[in-house]
Order: sequence, then structure tokens, then C-alpha cells
Amino acid sequence: MGILEVKNVNKRFGGLQALGDVNLSVAENTVHAIIGPNGAGKSTLLNVLVGKLIPDTGSVMFDGQSVLGRKPYEINQMGISRVFQTPEIFGDLTVMENMMIACFAQRDGAFRMHAVGSMWSERDIVATAEDMLESMNLQDKRDMHSASMSRGDKRRLEIAMCLAQSPRLLLLDEPTAGMSRSDTNNTIDLLKKIKQDRDITIAIIEHDMHVVFSLAERITVLAQGTPLVEDTPEKIKGHPKVREAYLGESQVAA
Amino acid sequence: MLGLKKHDLSLLIIVAILTMAAPFLLNPFPTESGMAQFNAGYPDLMQKFVIFGIFAIGFNILFGLTGYLSFGHAAFLGVGSYACVWMFKLLGYNVLPGILLSIVVSGLFALLIGVITLRRSGIYFSILTLAFAQMSFALAYSVLSNPKFNLTNGETGLQVYADDPQWFHSDRLPDLPHLFGLSMRATHRMELGAWEFQFNVGYYMCAVIMLLCFYLAIRIFRSPFGLMLRAVKSNQQRMNYTGLNSRPYTLAAFVISGMYAGLAGGLLSAVDPLAGAERMQWTASGEVVLMTILGGAGTLIGPVLGAGLIKYFENIFSKINESVLHGWFGFLPDGLEDFVITLVYPFVGKGWHLTLGVIFMLVVIFLPGGLVEGGQRIGRLFRGKKPSGAAKSATTEPAE
Ligand SMILES: Nc1ncnc2c1ncn2[C@@H]1O[C@H](COP(=O)(O)OP(=O)(O)OP(=O)(O)O)[C@@H](O)[C@H]1O
Ligand SMILES: [Mg+2]
Repeated sequence: MGILEVKNVNKRFGGLQALGDVNLSVAENTVHAIIGPNGAGKSTLLNVLVGKLIPDTGSVMFDGQSVLGRKPYEINQMGISRVFQTPEIFGDLTVMENMMIACFAQRDGAFRMHAVGSMWSERDIVATAEDMLESMNLQDKRDMHSASMSRGDKRRLEIAMCLAQSPRLLLLDEPTAGMSRSDTNNTIDLLKKIKQDRDITIAIIEHDMHVVFSLAERITVLAQGTPLVEDTPEKIKGHPKVREAYLGESQVAA
Repeated sequence: MLGLKKHDLSLLIIVAILTMAAPFLLNPFPTESGMAQFNAGYPDLMQKFVIFGIFAIGFNILFGLTGYLSFGHAAFLGVGSYACVWMFKLLGYNVLPGILLSIVVSGLFALLIGVITLRRSGIYFSILTLAFAQMSFALAYSVLSNPKFNLTNGETGLQVYADDPQWFHSDRLPDLPHLFGLSMRATHRMELGAWEFQFNVGYYMCAVIMLLCFYLAIRIFRSPFGLMLRAVKSNQQRMNYTGLNSRPYTLAAFVISGMYAGLAGGLLSAVDPLAGAERMQWTASGEVVLMTILGGAGTLIGPVLGAGLIKYFENIFSKINESVLHGWFGFLPDGLEDFVITLVYPFVGKGWHLTLGVIFMLVVIFLPGGLVEGGQRIGRLFRGKKPSGAAKSATTEPAE
């Protein structure tokens, strides 16, 4: 039994079968990549996992408990954090405030009426937030408006916010999209380090095959809403079906 | 000190000094001079400044922090007014029970309305709150005023009658709202040369309460709760996927701002014991929106400035009539005088709304941050290009 078990999930948007009989099992403490061409249904699958969408049929179990029908914040409190395809951060707030919100959510839960003391007098929160910023190399941008950062920095902030919650399952939707080569390599190193340092399961969607093959222990290939194959990176590289459906031409070499 | 950082503390102190000295500051013109009509330092208007300041400070906790634009806050103002007058009728003219009850009742009312309206956001939330306020208005105006069950006294407005119980009233106490015997109307007049200054008990009580409200608002703004409210405004999606339930946060903000509004309503009754349904009308709800945006939504001092400016216009500009204009422009040749007056006249007197509208448009277009942003820009001009983040210089504007 994996930590995440997706069984027979179907999702239609009108006439479009976005997910068709998806079965997926993610083993605990592994990095599992989900790849597939544009429109394959990868983000839709994540939306189902975090409670943004409710599938038409099927079941999704996280650590033996069903996530279906739960609110997004409840699913997050179960231990699933998600980094979105387009960065979702608190753009009006500073980088540090963004970080602190994630730390408060981790410490105080979904709601706490905490209206009297100053937020800056919460020393443990401030310290954790600063540590996280430092580990992401964002400490110089601490007091910057987060909306005015580069896309790569926003993504790093979003990853940091998710990590601050010590999730058991981290979902990454194209974390390196829009990053420079060096930022991409930094992110790969960072994710490797996270993987080493803590007990965490990572499911990553990625178009960049360099990232996929540097990190993934298992790969699922999704095409037109249905998993084509699931295997180790070595096997996937040479798989004829995959070449045909997705990797096609030059990317195999990358 | 007081759990505030240095620059918040100095803001609070400045506001405290300005409100305490308001009877002087708002009466800059000698009593006999032609400019005396621009003096705002009389009790009735000063009370309005601080009471509507409270209303706007509370509204800003909801709108400024969470971005939820309520078009129905006047309902809470009205409920607070009625609650306070009921205490006058039942217990007697001491304002304390009335003020306390107005906070409690409006809080409960806000809880009820908030639970329903906060199921939606954006324009739908605004429309729902507007609908609720209009329903409350209709209830107060007619439904809850019939011979069998007269809660609001309909069009006449709720007031104290001689045959009301007033259980704790005694002959030693003033026959008007008072605080432990100190009448709200009591005013000390001070003549100083050509000037006259008025110190009114009702004003000072409301001013002290406003300072407390302002202090509380600063604490809320700087607290973890305030941070969460700003998160609601910034990105609810991210909030929910960070494991935070935004609903109770918005509901708490809604109830708090409803209580501020109820308190303001209670104080309106405390200084003038008559509560009418028109306080709940949509124009009154719209007014507090204007005040907040005009002053600077999401800033601490902005709503107070906005409330002052609008009340000043409502009371001072509306008094300028044609003969006053003739007095001003009398030095011009006759034809030109008439021409200028024809141009100016629509903007004063009954036309004060027109001037307000123009100012509002100019502010929204050129100063989206409201008067506070204007003040900051001026402050920056004076200080040269010093790094921003320093104290909000807008506080040097009149405390109106
Ligand atoms: N909310 C929605 N309503 C209707 N159609 C949708 C919705 N969300 C996704 N789709 C459609 O479902 C299909 C799968 O979309 P999805 O975003 O999951 O693809 P993806 O694999 O993440 O692609 P990409 O690599 O471009 O991000 C697409 O055809 C998309 O247009
Ligand atoms: Mg996608």
C-alpha cells in the first residue's frame, strides 16, 4: 500500500474526458514523477488530490483515509501540500509575511483567534520563517513585496511555504517552469536535499526531462487522461509507447 | 509601550492629541469673522467626527483587511441606535448600559448576517449585505412598528416618552442622556479674545471611546489574526491550500466591524436620544464605504480622516448659500459676480454632494491609496527621497 492510492478516478468536463480510469499508487518516501503532453490531465489529477475538484467516480486514499469530500484546508491539514503550476502566493504581502502565514498555519491549525499580541512577538514563528527563507536563499528579499519578485523566486517562496508545513506528501506542479537553467539546477539540488533530510513523499509533474530523470524513482506517463505506463526511469526512457505518445523526438536525448 | 511599535505608538499619540485639542483646532476663525462659518469646533459636529470615525475604523477592519465590501453596515449602526434608546426607555438615561447593549446586540446581529452572507464573496457578498440591510430598514421602518408590537416606532423614530418605565431614573439625575450624572449636553464655553471654544462632555466621551477603538484596531492590524485577514484579501486560494479555513476569519472580522458599527450607533443615540430607521438606509451604508476609500482603505488613520472630511462637507459646505457667495464675490464687477456665483453655486449648499463626488473621483483616480497616500506623497516631497516605510505623515492633517 502506498501512502497515496488513486483508484479508478474519472473526471469529465462536458464532453472532454480529462481523467479516464486513473490508477496510481505512490509509495511512501519516494519521488514519483507524473509526465505527459500538454492537456494530458496532470494538473486535473492534482486538483482532485487536493480537493479542488471532485471526481465523477473513483477513490483517493491518503494514508488509509479518503480525501474525497473534504475541504482543501482539511486535506492540507492531513499532510498534503501543493505547489501550483502558476505560483500562488500572497502577492500583496511581503516575503516574510508569506512565510509566517505558513508557519502559523502549521502551528495553530485551520483557525485561531489570535488578535491581541503582535505577530512579530511570536518568536518561534519568526525564527522558523527566517530559517526557511535562508534555506531557500530568499533572506535578502525578506521585506520585499512578494508580487514584485521574479517567477523563479515566487516559486521558491511557494515551495518554502509548503515545506514549512512539514507535509508528508508534497505535490509539485512544474516547479521549474520559467526558471533559468541555474535556478533549475538549484531547485533539483534543493529537492534532493529535502528528500535526504526528512521523511517526505514527493509527487512531481514536470516537462523538463532533466529534472525528472535527476529526481524521480518512479514515473507515470499520462496521456489523454489515462496512465500509459508506470515504471522506473530507466525503463521509461526506452519504452516504445512512451516515445510514441510523449517523448517523441529530441527530448529523449536530454 | 502599550504593546505597540514605535511608529504605531506615535500615530496613536498624535491622534490622541489632535482629538483632545479638537475644540481649539477646529475653531481657527474668530467668532465674528466672515470665515467663522468654516469653524467645525461645535459639539454636534465634533461628536459626528469621532462617532463616524469609529464606524469607519470598524468598517476598515472588514473591508480594508479582508477586502470584503459590505454594503449593509448601516444596519448595525441602526440596531445599535435602537438598542441604546431601548435602554434609556427601560432603565434610565445613563448611557453606559445602552452603549454596552448596542455592542452586544449588533455583534449578534452581525453574526447572524455574516454566517449567511459570507457564503459568497465579491460582488455577490456585497449584494447580499445590501439586501439584508434593506430588509432591516424595511423591518425597522414599518414591520416592527405596529400597535401590538412596537419595537422601532416607525417613521417617527424611537424616543423616550414620559410614561416609559425608566426603572433607575431619579429626580437627581439629568433628564437627558448622562454618564453617572454628567449630562452629555454639558458644554463649557471658553472665550479667548475674539475666539470661543466649546468643551462638550458628549464629545469627550465619544473621543475617548474612539481612541480606545483606534488602539484596538492597531492591535488587530498587527496581530497574527490581522495577518490572516490580509491573507484573505490577497489570495484565498493559497490560504485554503495552506490549511487555513478562511470562513471563520472573515466571520470574525465581520462581527468585529459590526460591533464597531453598533457602538457608533449607540453613541449617536447617547448624544441625541432619538433613533430613526433612516440610519439603516443604503445611503448610510454607502457613506461609510466612501469614508473608508476616501481616507485610504487598509490604512490605520485613513478611515478617520475620510469620516471627518465627509462630515465636514455635509455640515459646513451645505451651509453656504447664495447670500454667503454674494458676500465673498461682492468685490467683483456685477456681471462677473453673477457669472462666478452661477458657476460656484451648484457645488455648495444643497449641492455639496456634487463637490464630494468630484473629490471622490479625483482621489480614486489620482490617489488610489486615499488621503493617506496623498499625505505620504507630500511627506516624501518635504523629506526628499528618504526610504519609505517611515511614519505615515498623513497624520499631520487636521484631526477632523
Ligand atoms: N476546470 C476545467 N473546466 C474545463 N476543462 C478543464 C478544466 N480544467 C482542465 N480542463 C481541461 O482538461 C484537460 C486537462 O487539463 P490539465 O490542466 O489537467 O492538463 P495538464 O496535463 O496539466 O497540461 P499542462 O502540461 O499544459 O499543464 C485540458 O484539455 C483542459 O483544457
Ligand atoms: Mg498542468
